[in-house]
Amino acid sequence: MTSPALEARDLEVTFPPRRGRGPARAVDGVNLTVGAGEIVALIGESGCGKSTLARALVGLIRPTAGEVRYQGTTLGYSSKALKQFRRHTQLVLQDPGGALNPKQNVFDAVAEGPRLHGLRSGLPERVHDALARAGLRPPEQFVNRYPHELSGGQQQRVVIAGALALDPSVIVADEPVASLDASVRGEILRLILDLRGSLGLSALVVSHDLGLAWNIADRVAVMYLGRIVEQGTVEEVLLRPKHPYTQALISVLPGTDAESVLLRGEPPDPTAVPGGCRFHPRCQRFAALDASDDRRTLCTGRDLPVLDADRPGVACHLADAPTHEERRESSDIS
Amino acid sequence: MSLLEVHDLNVTYGVDVQAVRGVSFSLDAGQTLGVAGESGSGKSTVALSLLRLLPSSARISGDVLLGGEDVLTMGWGRLRAVRWSEASIVFQGAMSALNPVRTIGEQIREPILLHEKVGIRAARERTAELLDSVGVPARRVGAYPHELSGGQRQRVMIAMALACRPALIIADEPTTALDVIVQAQILSLLADLVRESHISMIMISHDLSVLAETCDRLAVMYAGRIVEIGTSRQMIAEPRHPYTRALSSAFPTIGDPASRLAPSGLPGDPPDPRLVASGCPFEPRCPEAFAECSTHSVELWPAGTGRESACLKVLPGFAKASA
Amino acid sequence: MTLVAPAQVGSARRFAGQFFRMPTAIAGLGILVVFTLLALTAPLYIHPSDLDVTKATGGQLAPPGPGYPLGTDQPGRSVLLLLIWGTRTSLAIGVIATLLAMVLGSAIGLLAGHYQRWLGRGLMHVTDWFIALPSLPLAISLSAVLGQGARSITIAIAVTSWTATARLVRAQTLAVEARPFIERARALGAGNVQIMTRHVLPNVAPLILVSSTLTVASAILSETTLTFLGLGNPTEVSWGTMINQAYTGSAITRGAWWYLLPPGIAIVIVVLGFTMTGRAVEHILNPRMMAR
Repeated sequence: MTSPALEARDLEVTFPPRRGRGPARAVDGVNLTVGAGEIVALIGESGCGKSTLARALVGLIRPTAGEVRYQGTTLGYSSKALKQFRRHTQLVLQDPGGALNPKQNVFDAVAEGPRLHGLRSGLPERVHDALARAGLRPPEQFVNRYPHELSGGQQQRVVIAGALALDPSVIVADEPVASLDASVRGEILRLILDLRGSLGLSALVVSHDLGLAWNIADRVAVMYLGRIVEQGTVEEVLLRPKHPYTQALISVLPGTDAESVLLRGEPPDPTAVPGGCRFHPRCQRFAALDASDDRRTLCTGRDLPVLDADRPGVACHLADAPTHEERRESSDIS
Repeated sequence: MSLLEVHDLNVTYGVDVQAVRGVSFSLDAGQTLGVAGESGSGKSTVALSLLRLLPSSARISGDVLLGGEDVLTMGWGRLRAVRWSEASIVFQGAMSALNPVRTIGEQIREPILLHEKVGIRAARERTAELLDSVGVPARRVGAYPHELSGGQRQRVMIAMALACRPALIIADEPTTALDVIVQAQILSLLADLVRESHISMIMISHDLSVLAETCDRLAVMYAGRIVEIGTSRQMIAEPRHPYTRALSSAFPTIGDPASRLAPSGLPGDPPDPRLVASGCPFEPRCPEAFAECSTHSVELWPAGTGRESACLKVLPGFAKASA
Repeated sequence: MTLVAPAQVGSARRFAGQFFRMPTAIAGLGILVVFTLLALTAPLYIHPSDLDVTKATGGQLAPPGPGYPLGTDQPGRSVLLLLIWGTRTSLAIGVIATLLAMVLGSAIGLLAGHYQRWLGRGLMHVTDWFIALPSLPLAISLSAVLGQGARSITIAIAVTSWTATARLVRAQTLAVEARPFIERARALGAGNVQIMTRHVLPNVAPLILVSSTLTVASAILSETTLTFLGLGNPTEVSWGTMINQAYTGSAITRGAWWYLLPPGIAIVIVVLGFTMTGRAVEHILNPRMMAR
């Protein structure tokens, strides 16, 4: 079996305390795998640690504990090891306008990676090739332009071309379409799918948008307060969600027939992670438990294990138990 | 009579940037209209021109009749009164639209004291009621904006908009910066408020599905024009304009096999707002365009009951051309 | 809204196009060109003997007249020739001091902004210490060590004016470093040096340019002040020494306005020229500052 393209093993990232608060456990024990040629969507609300996890996976943030593995090899943090790693793993950011240096034209922006890695021979061909693969055709029309002369979709294609110019094997994209217009969104997602098809590129796409996962991902991982709470294939997780948080996320999507589960409270705070199941203060299923139900003590008292990366899983004390509706249905039948 | 009637609205920025080109629509009391479009489509410009909030570089022509009065020609004193007490606006960036050094209570109270002949005590009571109605505990009246979460700030913005019991609320991307769950909370709050107090609402968004959830009718804008308008149900179920179709399929329905591993988008970019093109402005990006599209000028044609579309294909003579 | 430009316009040409549409920019640059040409060509028509006190030909403090359009000083030298020759010293000190201050200030600001840990903090402490340093006593002690003259004045001005640039560049560096393209460059494998030189510096450079034009103006004023206070070399001709000698030679009490006013007016005009050019550059490079 070939080893996965990119892996997080028991990864933790803790930020030092600020302004009288405790340390922020942004990523609090995560196992995640992106297989070769696989597209994985990492879904969560803002503040859940998904962007921090993405940055740790591309080596921009050094984890407090655990490790990142690239094709089975543990990532070292010497500058030489990092530089070697960065040829293979590329980051695509949310705001393409901000991700391009306004003083650099398209050629220099795309040529930056190859230049940094000493790939100077055949540079123009490399840049043109990358632009064409990113859908900017003919490349000659774009190389001399500056970022402000391009539309948002074109800017994002330049950022992607800059990543492709190094022939990476993995792309980590943090909200790649969140700041783009609706009609352009699909075009950029299709590009990521096409690149997987033509180059065998693996991708981790970080987003708050479940529809994006449905559009392009093979597997999906749902993150809440520094942990992955549910993962599996897109069909498993999105069509038959087991974790109450995933269920709530899906129920509020516009256009779904299911009744919306409006979670109480506000997005959680990584400086004050609740004990037991970290989702229980907002959990609709926990709230529906009878006061006498002894499973309440499980939810409030017993910590959940970190999910394994290589098989589908749900981090919930109640997930295996039938839901309220299921129980009602079964009692109707009997 | 309709509450709001907009007729042939044109807005030009600077010399030649035509942001809005001949927009007309009307809104009855208690009705909700969603305006969808991409950045640069002119949707926010339309929203701002309804209360004459555009920068001074903008030139406006046409009529905006609010309760029978023309907003574009009324005097400043009257306009100021209208801005809070007849129509108010909820902006998208709640952090920047709130004053960081004043408590939310003071900011909600301000328009009440300014526009209604009430004492401070009555204003305080009303502030507490308003906070309660938008789901912020009334004890937080002394909080500063930074002490609230993003969702709560947006709720405060809505409370401010409701302060003087307006007949119309204009919500400009009210949930864009918020997370899905908070977004759902805010949308259901807005829908409840509008239903209970019989307020009219115009909601602006780039996300057609969000608008369809909350609004009775939808208008889709492209390159400064309305290209299709109709009831939400019709617009989502069977869009008559290819652009509406593209927008509604941009955000897929989970479980729909057609969109699984098949994102849909439109190639190309919107036209330069300085250019005046002949034919249909959407023609260069339209997946269904045919020869006449580049030459035949388009306008909103009737396309069913309460339904208009600016696509040649709704005309009887061209219906077959697409085949 | 996205506007796609029809064709790529060279940024230098675009800059020039905007610059020459502003009347103040043209006036400011015109002043600087005239004074620079005067300073550079002076040796072609001014002989050292014209400035030699012992070889002076005119009358003592003679009013403007034939041969001496701006009159003469006490030893009888032409004030016009002194004024033109003084341009050389004043401009040279102003420009060199500014260059030194800019290089030092930009480097320290860039480093302090990029390395936000101990190095950055340390550098900012040093900067704060220099801000607290009074320029006048510093210049006096420097001239005591290095000897009176242009060199110690230049150093004194440079040492006291780099701090403003350092603070400015640091603030801008922090702003640029927070932008996503820095993160992108890092993810592509760029190191500290590449980030600073390729990404931060080009985005900070316009600010340095604006700041330097304004610093030249204040450096020329400082030069005048320090020379006027007697820290200059009296045998070198500069606008400062002219005013100093007019003052000590009691030109004012004797009503010899032609000796005092020309250097004063020249200073005002050159400072104005630099300020006007600087403001114009600032307006083009930072359009948000333009009145809406």
